[in-house]
Amino acid sequence: MWFLCVFYHRLLDFRKPEVEALAELFGEDESLQWRLPEHHHNDTPFHFVQLSSEEIAQNIAKRSILVKGMYELWGEGTCYEELKESIQSFPDSRKLPFLTSDSTFRISVETFGKALTFDEQKERIHSLTYIPFEGKVNLKNPDHNFFLMEMDESEESNGLPPIVQRRIFFGREVGFADRKLLPTFQLKSRTYLGPTAMDAEMAFLMANQANAASGKLVYDPFVGTGSILVSAARFGAMTMGADIDIRVVRDGRGPDCNVWSNFKQYGLPAPVALLRMDNNVPPWRSGLKEIFDAIICDPPYGVRAGGRKSGGRKILRGTVDPYTVPEDKRTGHIPSTGAYSLVECVHDLLHLAARMLVMKGRLVFFFPVLRDECGSEVKFPEHPCFKLVAVSEQILSSRYSRVLLTMVKVGPYSDEVEEAARLMHLEFRENHLKWLEEGNIHSSVFKPSTDSSQIRTESKTFKDPKPKYRGKYV
Amino acid sequence: MRLIMHNMLTCNIKGVINKSPLRIEAEKVIKKEVDFNPDFLRHMLAKIEWKALVDGARSMGYTELPVHAPGIESDEPFLRKFHHALLELNLEEGSLVCQESGRKFPVNKGVPNMLLHEKEV
Repeated sequence: MWFLCVFYHRLLDFRKPEVEALAELFGEDESLQWRLPEHHHNDTPFHFVQLSSEEIAQNIAKRSILVKGMYELWGEGTCYEELKESIQSFPDSRKLPFLTSDSTFRISVETFGKALTFDEQKERIHSLTYIPFEGKVNLKNPDHNFFLMEMDESEESNGLPPIVQRRIFFGREVGFADRKLLPTFQLKSRTYLGPTAMDAEMAFLMANQANAASGKLVYDPFVGTGSILVSAARFGAMTMGADIDIRVVRDGRGPDCNVWSNFKQYGLPAPVALLRMDNNVPPWRSGLKEIFDAIICDPPYGVRAGGRKSGGRKILRGTVDPYTVPEDKRTGHIPSTGAYSLVECVHDLLHLAARMLVMKGRLVFFFPVLRDECGSEVKFPEHPCFKLVAVSEQILSSRYSRVLLTMVKVGPYSDEVEEAARLMHLEFRENHLKWLEEGNIHSSVFKPSTDSSQIRTESKTFKDPKPKYRGKYV
Repeated sequence: MRLIMHNMLTCNIKGVINKSPLRIEAEKVIKKEVDFNPDFLRHMLAKIEWKALVDGARSMGYTELPVHAPGIESDEPFLRKFHHALLELNLEEGSLVCQESGRKFPVNKGVPNMLLHEKEV
């Protein structure tokens, strides 16, 4: 069955992947088919999607963050005459059950890219008298909610093509996102925050990409203040987290201001375990594998916060040999840590996921990319056990973005995989300095502007060939 | 630290061969209630190293677990015991001891510290 899916007009790259991930969670086993309204650009908020049942559509919409509404389309057209013909040709058997005299209904008028006065809205609602509504109107809590959506042709803006054409839709609402989650969980009122705590809306999107749900175990190897696990717990999953920084994981900022209190704040079950460990030398017992249903994390990119791994800076560079801490100083000794490059960090994450995820389990993580060349092919991390199913870009600045990668485990963890990882681990260890520089984006993000861009700002007639594309991708 | 976590850990210092579960030295154990979820428990049952769980529970003062895990059909009374041992016993203060090397990993405020010292990597 085709449904009209109307998205909130933000985080454009994240909209369809969220619906696709949730479709799988709610039982769709084939990949979804999408269709655009006539002459609409892919950035439009209006998309048609094929789903097996109204129940699945409702479940997806309710659990989503970006679906403004899912509708059973009763008619569409470029003008009200076309709309009338379209609605009248929609089978009565599909319409009449929702127009019965013992039901209540409401018709709302919504617009995209234009505004209508109250009188104009009333006029449009009254033009629908050819639909045999028999029930009573209830504006507060109707049984059935109908939406009339009108938009005009939009203009080119900021290098972006026009996204919608003149169109009118009329549909019955099947489900919509519960955006009330966002003010409840917003970071502004979170008890314990850290500098890289994940924003609530994004954390819920990540939890949806990972299909977090009751009965599942979700792991975050860079847990920090637990902001990602909070959203997974809200969706019913059991959570577990680890971090190399013991101050964040064990102490927080005090007995009432720590990771545990973040969960208590929302009445959510606390993580089943938090531990301090180094992902580079993880303490998993032999034979342990395929235990997590999902791994959701935001690894350190090395831009605002760098990763750390065991071994002091001097030990890793070979300046100093590994030393033994004298007995009397051993308790309370905080082992030194050294820089952990993004490349090695992601390698270890993929290896962890390959081993510890169940088959068909999901790995969801952010990966930073530089926005230098137009359309240059970015190489994302790959692993033989994984299939990349979604890539969603969030622009952070004119210089760099982060992409949310969703990978599904399709191949089992074999001896070959383990051996390859072991060799790579040694390679990182032997050539520590070389790998630190590889893929280091900190310098690219913070380097001063070059001369050519200064010329650009001075000349007003110079047209930047690369569209800024900032607005709705942020 | 709950036994679900303990069951996953080992000592990974250089030179340790076996990578087997750690012995618990409990100093402070508290019980925290957790919602009972049979689906989750059944999923976990397949992954747990049973002997380590039984020994761990015993060191925390809980002796009700059967010595052997039941076969495919696990009934509710068993699941309740399993649930209690796996999720409701919390080691607040104590250590995890490697049977092979004797290295102790401290557990403070419920968080085990598995970080290795400089020469152990």
